[in-house]
Amino acid sequence: MAQPPAKMYEEIEHTADWALRVRGADLPALFSNAALGMMELAGVRMGNGSGQERTIELQAIDKETLLVDWLHELLVALELEQIAFRDIELEIAGGTRLAGTVQAVPLASMEKPIKAVTFNELEIIELSQGLEATIVFDV
Amino acid sequence: MAEKLRKQDFTRLAPTLWEIPTSYQAGMRVPVRLFADERLLEAALGDKSLQQAINASTLPGLVSHVTVMPDVHQGYGFPIGGVAATRLPSGVISPGAIGYDINCGVRLLSSRVSFEEAQLHIPDLASALYRNSPSGVGVKGSVPLSAKELDRVCREGSQWALKNGFAREDDIVRTEESGRISGADPSTLSPRAKKRGRPQLGTLGAGNHFVEVDVVEQVFSNEAADAMGLSVGHLAVQIHCGSRGFGHQVCTDYVKEFQPAVQRYKIQLPDRELVCAPLDSPEGKRYLGAMACAANYAFANRQIMAHHARRSFEEALAGRVADWDLRQVYDIAHNMGKIEEHLVAGERLEVCVHRKGATRAFGPGYEGLPEEYRPLGQPVLVPGSMGTASWVLLGTEGSMEQSFGSTCHGAGRTMSRKKAKKTVRGDKLIDELEKRGISIRAGSLPGLAEEAPQAYKDVDAVVEVVARAGIAKKVARLRPVAVIKG
Repeated sequence: MAQPPAKMYEEIEHTADWALRVRGADLPALFSNAALGMMELAGVRMGNGSGQERTIELQAIDKETLLVDWLHELLVALELEQIAFRDIELEIAGGTRLAGTVQAVPLASMEKPIKAVTFNELEIIELSQGLEATIVFDV
Repeated sequence: MAEKLRKQDFTRLAPTLWEIPTSYQAGMRVPVRLFADERLLEAALGDKSLQQAINASTLPGLVSHVTVMPDVHQGYGFPIGGVAATRLPSGVISPGAIGYDINCGVRLLSSRVSFEEAQLHIPDLASALYRNSPSGVGVKGSVPLSAKELDRVCREGSQWALKNGFAREDDIVRTEESGRISGADPSTLSPRAKKRGRPQLGTLGAGNHFVEVDVVEQVFSNEAADAMGLSVGHLAVQIHCGSRGFGHQVCTDYVKEFQPAVQRYKIQLPDRELVCAPLDSPEGKRYLGAMACAANYAFANRQIMAHHARRSFEEALAGRVADWDLRQVYDIAHNMGKIEEHLVAGERLEVCVHRKGATRAFGPGYEGLPEEYRPLGQPVLVPGSMGTASWVLLGTEGSMEQSFGSTCHGAGRTMSRKKAKKTVRGDKLIDELEKRGISIRAGSLPGLAEEAPQAYKDVDAVVEVVARAGIAKKVARLRPVAVIKG
């Protein structure tokens, strides 16, 4: 019997805030999984509808800053526009430039909002089977 | 990677004061001092909070020890419950050592409503407070602002609220810095910060933010309690919130801006969340201007929440009790960077005191206090965890000498949010608290479970430590009867 696919993100212990360990075969997969994990942590429920395609382009000084910026884009969209993202398609060049498309879907509800994505001990590390990062969110 | 910190790594300086010397880890510029009894020390060793304090001791320009309060817990870079003072002009300012929720703080209002006469109406009061206190992130505030009005709020803080009918003169006098930090410069704000700030003024927020109705259970200083209008058996209201998405964006913007700045100023740090810039650098000055905007926004926000609380008391209690008015006791920040003068090794120095999850606690004689509090010391407001006691304290000469005029800010977490969610069910918690006579109104059940009392340390033990250490003095203990959470 085939093993179910391993979950690419998991909440880990943190006394005051939320911490998420994320994995991905490469940077686009890691970033995409981080976004899905963050929405799950916040208890995001998406509304019905096909969504609207949105283009995202970001540039940062290094891959960790790019990851923080990417997740922050999503947080701000959740708060200001009441939308969530799905069908995330990203390309990342040189670890510092992100370009991609997402489907922006109306937010049905959110259990608990996240205040900020932090740099606390943030490092994207290479494992034998891809990449891993632990992200701490201020809540 | 540093070795795990152990109890034997500390020097005990006094029964409630422990020191980690600079020899513990390379790069420490000053020692770390923790106020705790044996039990709270053990609790602090349970997570990374003290390692985070050690990391903070590497910040350039620190004038003396990094202070850690007994309610310390792990944060994201700088520990919650930490205090660090850096020298002006060339010491650094670190946005992460102040926190994303700039000027998160507490306001306390007193009343002449006795619990006895209000008891039957507490559920109505809780419902009115919940109805009138917009909560979650992104909800439309009760006071949407134009771009120009937001700039005015940034510059004027609570005084903007006074001009616009949300405050009384007494509220302003009884607010830290009269509710307006100088140096606010809206030109240092990003368009996104402004966009997030405009719709959120007058909202509570989620997480551990709350409005709580308490009964004054015990008074320890009649003189101070009288000055504050607190008497045994009467209701009081606490409001805990901050600068909302506006402050979060200001901090996010500057933590990002400071990432290349640390390279430019050749500052080595053990954690990128501690990024900083010299106070006299262009980046440092810009952050100070932006931080003051967010601080003033938070003062105005708590002021409007107080206005909502007064309206709620009127809706629920008018005609049912003799006097339903709420009077301001004090409003104080516990996430802030302040430029202050302190005596350090016999020398009077101008320093930037970073307090993150620590409350300013100035002693008697401080000129910035209202006349009635000046001989007593500055009121300190210490909310407990949901369903447990809260405390009103006073700043002391001891806090000026030992902790840069600072003391604790709450109970401090001891259980992870993940574990709290697994072990506590929000609906059962509501039942338990209701059985104990506490009315709960909450927007999110999982969010409520994370804030369960068992996830926190014992606030009475925390207060006992700061009182024994002489960095605060007890005034009154409050017991909750209604809690409103975002």
